Amino acid sequence: MLRFVLERLVGMAITMLLVSMMVFVIMELPPGDYADRYAFRKYSGTGVSVTEADVQAIRVELGLDQPMVVRYFDWIGGIVLHGDFGQAFAFETSVVNVIGDKVWLTLAILFTTLIITYVISIPIGIYAAVKRGSAADYGLTIFSYLGLALPNFLLALILLYFANRWFEADIGGLFSSQYKDAPWSLAKLWDLVAHLWLPAVVLAWSAVAYQIQTMRATMSDELNRLSVTAARARGVPEGKLLWKYPARLAINPVVSTIGFDVNRIFSELPIVAAVLGLTELGELLLRAYLDLDMYVAGAILLLLTFIIVFMNFISDILLAWLDPRIKLGA
Amino acid sequence: MSDVTPDKLNTADERERQKRLKYYSASQWTLIWWRFRRHRTAMIASAILGLMALMGVFAEFVAPYGPTTRDARYLDGPPQIPMFCDQNGCSWQPFVHGVTTQRDPVTLRSVSVPDPESRIYVVLFPAGEDVELLGFIPTNRHLFGLDDPDAKLHIWGTDSLGRDVFSRTVYATRTSLSIGVLGVLISFVLALMIGGVAGYAGGMTDNVIQRGTEVVRVVPIIPLYMGLSAAMPKEWSTTQVYFTMTLILGLFGWPTLARRIRSQLLSIRGEDYVVAARLAGARPSRIIGHHMLPSFTGFIIVDLVISFPYMILAETALSFVGLGLRPPTVSWGVLLQEAQSVRVIEQTPWLFIPAAFVVVAVLAFTVIGDGLRDAADPYSEAR
Repeated sequence: MLRFVLERLVGMAITMLLVSMMVFVIMELPPGDYADRYAFRKYSGTGVSVTEADVQAIRVELGLDQPMVVRYFDWIGGIVLHGDFGQAFAFETSVVNVIGDKVWLTLAILFTTLIITYVISIPIGIYAAVKRGSAADYGLTIFSYLGLALPNFLLALILLYFANRWFEADIGGLFSSQYKDAPWSLAKLWDLVAHLWLPAVVLAWSAVAYQIQTMRATMSDELNRLSVTAARARGVPEGKLLWKYPARLAINPVVSTIGFDVNRIFSELPIVAAVLGLTELGELLLRAYLDLDMYVAGAILLLLTFIIVFMNFISDILLAWLDPRIKLGA
Repeated sequence: MSDVTPDKLNTADERERQKRLKYYSASQWTLIWWRFRRHRTAMIASAILGLMALMGVFAEFVAPYGPTTRDARYLDGPPQIPMFCDQNGCSWQPFVHGVTTQRDPVTLRSVSVPDPESRIYVVLFPAGEDVELLGFIPTNRHLFGLDDPDAKLHIWGTDSLGRDVFSRTVYATRTSLSIGVLGVLISFVLALMIGGVAGYAGGMTDNVIQRGTEVVRVVPIIPLYMGLSAAMPKEWSTTQVYFTMTLILGLFGWPTLARRIRSQLLSIRGEDYVVAARLAGARPSRIIGHHMLPSFTGFIIVDLVISFPYMILAETALSFVGLGLRPPTVSWGVLLQEAQSVRVIEQTPWLFIPAAFVVVAVLAFTVIGDGLRDAADPYSEAR
């Protein structure tokens, strides 16, 4: 087991290294460099005319005149050694200050979404498989089709619309206005929980649809096994039987796709965040791209990917623990 | 020794035999088509999608007006639904009421008010704007419109600039579907090359390629697309943006298909007929293309169909937040950009109509994919 964990950790490190290179290339893609944008941001509207020499001076000061490889190692070295993600230009502070506690909010959204996804999809998937061919199963199939077809951000818009219409409530955002900048307290935490469910449900939407289908399919296969028939013949109560034989195995594909779900959730987060007015990580990423604030964008992309890679790792370990048939180290 | 002639045997038994013979001698594709035809929902979905595609191809003809043509007399106007009856009686030909502009007594803004006394009839193939069908057939005929050339028919209403939502949706259908087609094609070619090399070579090459695939798969895709499209210079023309977008979508859409191709190739690499081809001196590209791929073309097509929705959804999402196609290009996402806030949806809900197109198109592709998967599976008959 230890060897298995170590191997996965090394694999994780290699993947992250390659990802960081890709992220760095993306950060370098926009035309012009930071010196241009920095000079423009600093002096635009002030009437000071900026010469090429000034820009060059800024370039040297920021170390942007170095070749790309050197800058990459500066950047990645800063992250690994000092936890320094560089400068956020639009905010005139360091990236760490900008992102800071938003990482925790993102994790809060992520885990709420994951919990909602599995709490809904696993029992419903089992139910649909057991009642295969019934009206309920048929309805669920249609629902899961819709879950894949209706994009989350449109669902968010529709929910906002109806909330506005029926309850005349503004349900966007993650905090009520009085808690927005308040220090953390129990009341603020409660406020967060009250606001968290909507983005979580919206984000869980397609993951639930997908996992219901997976769960239903594998559960249907498992239900046909002889072990189930044998257990039924022994007189094992139906509820216990379901959980003990088919469900235990049918859950494996769901566990193995945790990383995939996290990926999907993060993929949809920026756009859902824009619609729901969540100023947290997702929308920050969107704004960073629109402003070409590439150090912020790069840091967020890297962090999101790291969380996904880490969840992949967790799912591998969970799977190895759940399913002894998986050969460790193979 | 038997003297039965064929026409004597022309019984139910013989017909059954003929049917069996036809079945056993049918080609792989005929069989797939037969099985697919039995899948009713998938057939309906294909029809809907075919209709959408036709709409996109003949957008100039189907849309009564151009995507940016403005009707200053009808801003933010609600849909005009052709009717057969009003308080002045009925007619066989559908008509709409004319629109007059009045000043709102409170806000003093000019508002469009339907005039219930006037009737403008809806006709097929009226003369309208000059367009070039398919880019080279000049015509001024459109599918439908009003017989009064000065009045405009907005069956799905207009946006804040007075542009016809129906016409814009028709043109958007062309953009969104074509971006999906091009994106899928690009990613298919990439998947074929990457998956082909990995699966055929195996060993170390395969390991390295697997690592690379893993990297592309693990980064959240929409934020990645956002990063790439944010890098497009602001001064680029709409055509440049359009082709770059298809390239971006295609460039990162290959991993799933590449993995499928790789694992299929790996599993049949040791088959005798592949070895035989190799010993006969065939080049790798011929062995892959001619001997190995045909054994799972069906599955590849299924995967291609299933990857369409992801392209369409990604394009819609990116354009929706302003990081994809840019106006004056119209795509479903660009159109939905105007319907971004709750206030807009409350006041002008018809701007949300393009969302239905997204949902229907994605649903159709998914259903067709499911139908094809069942049809392409040679063992589904046995069950």
